[in-house]
Amino acid sequence: MSQAEPDEILTILARDARTPHETIATLTGRSLDSIKAAIADYEKRGVIKSYKTIIDWEKAGVEKVFAFIDVKALPARDVGFDAVAEQLYRYPEVHSVWLISGGSDLRIVVEASDLREVGRFVAEKLSTIEGVTGTDTHFLLRKYKEDQILFVDAAEDPRLVVAP
Amino acid sequence: MSNEATPPLSRLVRELAPSGIRKFFDVAASMQDVISLGVGEPDFVTPWAIREAAINSLKSGHTNYTSTYGDLRLRTAIAKHLDAMYGVRYDPKEEVLVTIGVSEGMDVAMRVLLDPGDEVIVPEPCYVSYKPCVALAGGVPVGVETLASDQFRISVEQIDAAWTPRTKAILLGYPSNPTGATMPREALQEIVDYAVRKNLYLISDEIYDRLTYDGQHTCVAALPGAWERTITLNGFSKAYAMTGWRIGYACAPEPILSAMNKVHNYSILCAPITGQMAALEALKVGESSVVDMVGQYNQRRRLIVEGLNRLGLDCHMPQGAFYAFPSIARTGLTAEEFAERLLFDEKVAVVPGTAFGRGGEKHIRCSYATSLEKIEIALQRMERFIKKLPASAQAA
Repeated sequence: MSQAEPDEILTILARDARTPHETIATLTGRSLDSIKAAIADYEKRGVIKSYKTIIDWEKAGVEKVFAFIDVKALPARDVGFDAVAEQLYRYPEVHSVWLISGGSDLRIVVEASDLREVGRFVAEKLSTIEGVTGTDTHFLLRKYKEDQILFVDAAEDPRLVVAP
Repeated sequence: MSNEATPPLSRLVRELAPSGIRKFFDVAASMQDVISLGVGEPDFVTPWAIREAAINSLKSGHTNYTSTYGDLRLRTAIAKHLDAMYGVRYDPKEEVLVTIGVSEGMDVAMRVLLDPGDEVIVPEPCYVSYKPCVALAGGVPVGVETLASDQFRISVEQIDAAWTPRTKAILLGYPSNPTGATMPREALQEIVDYAVRKNLYLISDEIYDRLTYDGQHTCVAALPGAWERTITLNGFSKAYAMTGWRIGYACAPEPILSAMNKVHNYSILCAPITGQMAALEALKVGESSVVDMVGQYNQRRRLIVEGLNRLGLDCHMPQGAFYAFPSIARTGLTAEEFAERLLFDEKVAVVPGTAFGRGGEKHIRCSYATSLEKIEIALQRMERFIKKLPASAQAA
């Protein structure tokens, strides 16, 4: 492999951000001080951007509408799609902005409380941005898996309780 | 039923003790909410790409027998894999046999090597089937107890002390189930040299080879002098989380392997084709899954060993497989008492060390093929259990 393996600390925190430093030290066989120093450094350098929780809003009884919107845009001189992307990520209702390959140029995730709000965002804000030439909106219907976490009930451990 | 008594079953089988694990399983299986550290198989499901290959092979109608040796593409892939990993060469046409797991490979190896009364030296504690396989083939298993203070490694001196003119083979199983012990290359070379001097066969069960955490696994057959007298047994169960597929393999020089194929042919004909197709895919695409799973086992290993030692259950750091084998001597309980009371009081299943033969007394086997969360809960329950024991039995 040409790329370096990711630091184990990062893979542990990516799996569970609440893992105590002491446990990370045990899991990796490294000293507590070196773990604390490495994490502080990752935070300082922005390698670790944030610690988040994955919530099943539907189970929590909160109505939310998510839309994936593929955006076609004209690249601007010198900055490419950066200018359009910046216009997009300033809106608080925009969760994510990605530059993608394929039929469209940018893909954004918009969170709203209902469909009409998404409609308004597309018609009044998104479409009016200079450089945006087309949009294609997809509403999220059901989550099965997000960030490696299943949103459907996983099967029970089918193994025998004791085996040789 | 007639009143007349039917003839007795085979004396050999009547005298064979049932597996110590079996008895314990029946109790544990009847209970609810048990956290099990008693499972000798991965908690991972076979990687999806491998399962998909098996499904596709069924869709394509691959439902026939294969060569008794196994599908030639699979044998070729196995030979290539062993060469790439350990530099050990086997001709896929006549030196590789696909078996029903290492279990069948072990059985067939013993039946091919042994005449009645031939002795096989078996380091203990060891996997539950080693000694019965020797006995069922008419041989005499000669257990050699290994010690926690030696990290459960066996030495040439111990082997030599157990040697008799009837000794025909030495059975090695490293990394070890249940102790997690591995053998350094130099120590294995000494055993190989001894086998050459005494003209003994070596049977090497290397099913846990990929689950080696500290240092490199040594394939016995790759050591100078070993190849012509060694039967290498391995398989897909542990590395690729494929226990239920039952696909293993045996590799040995042609005269031994063709004899094994003869027995294999008469007893089971060939390994199931669907499992063979899955195994072929595992060798093609499974490597990244192996690396990922080994990384996770390694974290769990550190967590459980640190936790057990904290509880006063002295535990050496196992270097391979997915078992911790701590001593429960300080509790004053026997291994069976400890396991039984822990199960009833705190619903944690472990396996008493005695199930694995001599040297297992005063030990329990804790499998860490389970999630970090479950290991942490199991350790909390074990702590509560130990605190309730009489003060004299607790760690200072």
